[in-house]
Amino acid sequence: MAVTQNTAPIPVRGTQERERLFRFLEEKAKLVRRQTVRLSRIAGAGHYTGTFSCAELFSALYYSQLRFRPDEPHWAERDRFVLSKGHAAIGLYPVLADLGFFDAELLDNYTRLHSPFGDHPDMRKVPGADFSSGSLGHGLSVSLGMALAARVTGREYLTYCMLGDGELAEGQVWSAAMAAGHFKASNLIAIIDRNQLSIDGNTETVMGVEPLDDKFAAFRWEVRRIDGHDYDQILDTFCYVRDRSDERPFCVIADTVKGRGVERMELDKDWHVGNLMGADYDDVMAEIDAGLAPSRSHA
Amino acid sequence: MTGETTSTASAGPQEISGVFRGSADGATALKETGKKSEQGVSARSIPTFIAGEELADLADADERVVVMTADLASAGRTIDFATRHPDHFFNIGVAEQNMVSVAAGMASTGLRPFVSTFAAYLALLCCEQIRTDLAYTGMPVVMLAHHSGMALGYYGTSHHALEDLSAMRGIAGLTVVCACDANELRAILRASLVHDGPVYVRMGRGRDAEVYADVPENFAFGEAIRLTEGSDVALITTGSQVQPCLQAAEELAKQGISARVVDMHTISPVDAAEIRAAVDDIGTILTVEEHNVTGGLGAAVAEVIAEFGKPVNFRRAGVPDVHVVLGPPAALYAHYELDAAGLTSRAKDLLQHMRGSDR
Repeated sequence: MAVTQNTAPIPVRGTQERERLFRFLEEKAKLVRRQTVRLSRIAGAGHYTGTFSCAELFSALYYSQLRFRPDEPHWAERDRFVLSKGHAAIGLYPVLADLGFFDAELLDNYTRLHSPFGDHPDMRKVPGADFSSGSLGHGLSVSLGMALAARVTGREYLTYCMLGDGELAEGQVWSAAMAAGHFKASNLIAIIDRNQLSIDGNTETVMGVEPLDDKFAAFRWEVRRIDGHDYDQILDTFCYVRDRSDERPFCVIADTVKGRGVERMELDKDWHVGNLMGADYDDVMAEIDAGLAPSRSHA
Repeated sequence: MTGETTSTASAGPQEISGVFRGSADGATALKETGKKSEQGVSARSIPTFIAGEELADLADADERVVVMTADLASAGRTIDFATRHPDHFFNIGVAEQNMVSVAAGMASTGLRPFVSTFAAYLALLCCEQIRTDLAYTGMPVVMLAHHSGMALGYYGTSHHALEDLSAMRGIAGLTVVCACDANELRAILRASLVHDGPVYVRMGRGRDAEVYADVPENFAFGEAIRLTEGSDVALITTGSQVQPCLQAAEELAKQGISARVVDMHTISPVDAAEIRAAVDDIGTILTVEEHNVTGGLGAAVAEVIAEFGKPVNFRRAGVPDVHVVLGPPAALYAHYELDAAGLTSRAKDLLQHMRGSDR
């Protein structure tokens, strides 16, 4: 019989249960980073830094928050997760494999001819991927559609959408944000991976997105700004998301560091896509295994 | 469509009906039909007008149906759906790309969304959303692209869709179909609801005269309908040009020329067998479409003919590769020889050319 994941309440701050969950999630974040490095080598290139920035968010979402059934990926009542920043799929596939959506060995052929796994996720080929993505700016609209569908069909699932900060320059994001506020889509949660960089440099140099909290609030969203690498803040926010009664959609602005966890990559735009070779590969794997060090670039 | 229509787009059905009663073409359409809708205005043969009612009928029996518009509920008559199924209707505002992607998300949960707006914005503005969110994913979203071609006449090129077939038929996994009248649209909508994948439905300007007295039986995507038999020339046409082609065929018959008229409602996948039959049986083919001659029906037919490899007399009637001049729709159809007189003349020219080359 299919088992629904993450039905237990998230333990409260300061308890031993919360500490145990931290250590568990930390290992899962290491899995995300390690596998991103490994799969990038198979492909010959990969989106390292934009995946590292959301490793804590991925682990917290999939191992403590989202409700789904790996044995029944199309379960109608499952929470939806749309990865609007589809280039972070390289970090999501190992999570889905680890949870049992598919055999992890399938990833050994990552991006090779006929592989189900490309640089951006294909919902028709990847069990557990709720929607295909890759073209930035679409995901919040798609997620709104899922949220409105829940209203039409009387289902109680929540829809989560993760967006990049560079992606916010796409006008469609704001059409979706406006419509979500208008329709009072309280079952829609946007998570902005505010990792500070788009491809060509700092967002505030390339195309400024701040003040982000004010923008979403003006579009009639409830907004909470957190440290996206701090499990206490992430989990407290997730607890709140499950219990809130506000009629507005909910936006989590997760302040993160692009490349977090590998010092040479942190806030370095040139690692958006890269390929680690030789000793560099081993050094980076060792650095990831050691866990998150205090970031030189993290406030 | 007149200027009044869009300028009163936020008004209720009664006011809109009034506008149409007062407009010349609307009055003609009313006279042609003789049935009455709930608002007391007969609009049954007008494709745009039946869309909302037909969808509401479908939704009565199928709770998966949801309908969206981008601030054109009245112009596209989805308002008739909204009044009957308000909880299944979403006006997304002037945000067409958002509408398409929202529909994709809805469809992923098992709903059957129908989205409706001007063809120019659906096909051209949303081209990438249609490709990526609907076709690549196989989402069963039906797009009702009304006021296609140069139906919006003097509104100008911004409001014309003379490139939509070209853009849409290049997308894998997308069915592209044109409605020539209300009954064919009904058949298309019903077929769309059981079709496994996205459908782009090209609709006219809402005044197309009746071609089918009843909903065509055994309608299927990709299977053209031969409306008249003929032996001298085949008029392969679609959508708004089916009716003028039938009129041209009548005129040609008076002049001793026998024309086969084919309603090639589905542009992708195109009915290659019917095209090859026209080559084999007749050997003289004129394609007729309210679309740029580049990339549309004519191009699709030409591709089949070229690969078939038999010599054939072939011309494409449509809008030449230009942004059209300004004018009301009827004047534009005459100007580009897409009315009955123009098509009669085009068909005769093609036959004369053939006889000339034979000598």
